[in-house]
Amino acid sequence: MNFKQFGAAAFVLATLLFNPGWAQDAPEVDRTSTGGAQTLEDIMARQKKLDVDESFRSENLGDPDSAAAMSEQLGTQGGTSDSDKWRGIRYNESEITTQSRGPAADVLIQDGGMPWYELREGPVITYGGLALLGIIALLAVFYFVRGKIMIDGGPAGTRIERFKAIERFGHWLLAGSFIALALTGLLTLMGRSFLIPVIGHEAFSPLAIGSKWLHNNIAWAFMLGLVMTFVMWVAHNIPNKLDWQWLKAGGGIFTKSHPSSKKFNAGQKIIFWTVMILGFSVSLSGLSLLFPFQMPMFADTFGVINSILGTDFPTALAPHEEMQLSNIWHSIVAFLMMLAIIAHIYIGSVGMEGAFDAMGTGQVDLEWARQHHDLWVEEVQARQGKGESS
Amino acid sequence: MKVMLAGFVAALVIAALAPVVLDQFGWSSAEHWSSETSVRLD
Ligand code: HEM
Repeated sequence: MNFKQFGAAAFVLATLLFNPGWAQDAPEVDRTSTGGAQTLEDIMARQKKLDVDESFRSENLGDPDSAAAMSEQLGTQGGTSDSDKWRGIRYNESEITTQSRGPAADVLIQDGGMPWYELREGPVITYGGLALLGIIALLAVFYFVRGKIMIDGGPAGTRIERFKAIERFGHWLLAGSFIALALTGLLTLMGRSFLIPVIGHEAFSPLAIGSKWLHNNIAWAFMLGLVMTFVMWVAHNIPNKLDWQWLKAGGGIFTKSHPSSKKFNAGQKIIFWTVMILGFSVSLSGLSLLFPFQMPMFADTFGVINSILGTDFPTALAPHEEMQLSNIWHSIVAFLMMLAIIAHIYIGSVGMEGAFDAMGTGQVDLEWARQHHDLWVEEVQARQGKGESS
Repeated sequence: MKVMLAGFVAALVIAALAPVVLDQFGWSSAEHWSSETSVRLD
């Protein structure tokens, strides 16, 4: 099998990983026999996990015009029956007043909890976990097929400065905190399913408490690292024509050629923007989870998306619903980031001779630099010729 | 390599300081209750 076929097969397999079983719509139900109320078919459809249109219940909240006269038995109920009232509470349509001033105190029933829990314990763990194993397997295959990318003709022996100390500090602040966040996040998500059966509750408890502490608090280091690296490197990561040529040549990865590149090649720019955009999003949803109910963002975001794309996302969300969406979004974005970063760590360490030095000592071999970043070397040398530093 | 260690240590120092700083703004993870001005972080 040649590499193109292999790549295509891997791509198709990868898309299958993300292929959810779409919920089917339940067939139309005739509710005349129950006077518009729930029927056995509705209940059976829900048990079969079909998508039931709930509007026959959520909008059936009583009618003031049909109120019984005050002197009659149910007159004090106004236009609503007990069932209407409970439906109003369940679908968050009732005017609730309470003395409790805590956040979300006026939501009495929020039934999004179960679907959220099932999504988190089911597809998020399954597809997220499989995707991580998949990228590791793919990299292992790549390593055995292509091998370590070596410096053609061996190292030159002379060195050139690639990253200043402050740049490396920013990178390792970001990387150290990200790896801690990834491990503690996975532990929080998957520990219940995979660790408790093995090590038991007593051993898992301190691990979970410690994980939560580290995850909540080291997030600030991640955000600082993200801002630092963004400010220092964004100028070198603006896409240009050269990137297109680099991509068309596949980065020279399989042809063992070396397409021209400045300080960062197109592959690195992709990593940079993936880290920045997903990192920003994971930070925002993380803050929303860290300060419960204080930073709801999804209703507003959905509003913007609806106005641009003409979609119909809900813009009135219960406080708990905001938290559930933040949680699911936080994990999806985190998984995508982990996938990109695992590949990045591979190519920055075992995958390529001489790459780690850039972030290790800051000094790379001149021959490595010429092969991977020829135009950058020319720029640096031209500047040094004029007596300026890199 | 020294810079790499410095980055890791700095991340841990920031993590240790975060609860102390947040406390100053009323975001306490040590208190076991929530109120209008202070919401538990856990
Ligand atoms: C052990 C883990 C890691 C290693 C060995 C590593 C290695 C490297 C190296 C060698 C470079 C410089 C490449 C060059 O010379 O051009 C680099 C750049 C970079 N790293 Fe890492 N890194 C690691 C983890 C991370 C993590 C966790 C993140 C983000 C969350 C990250 C984000 C970046 C970014 C944005 C760049 C600049 C763009 C690029 O070169 O792709 N790194 N890394």
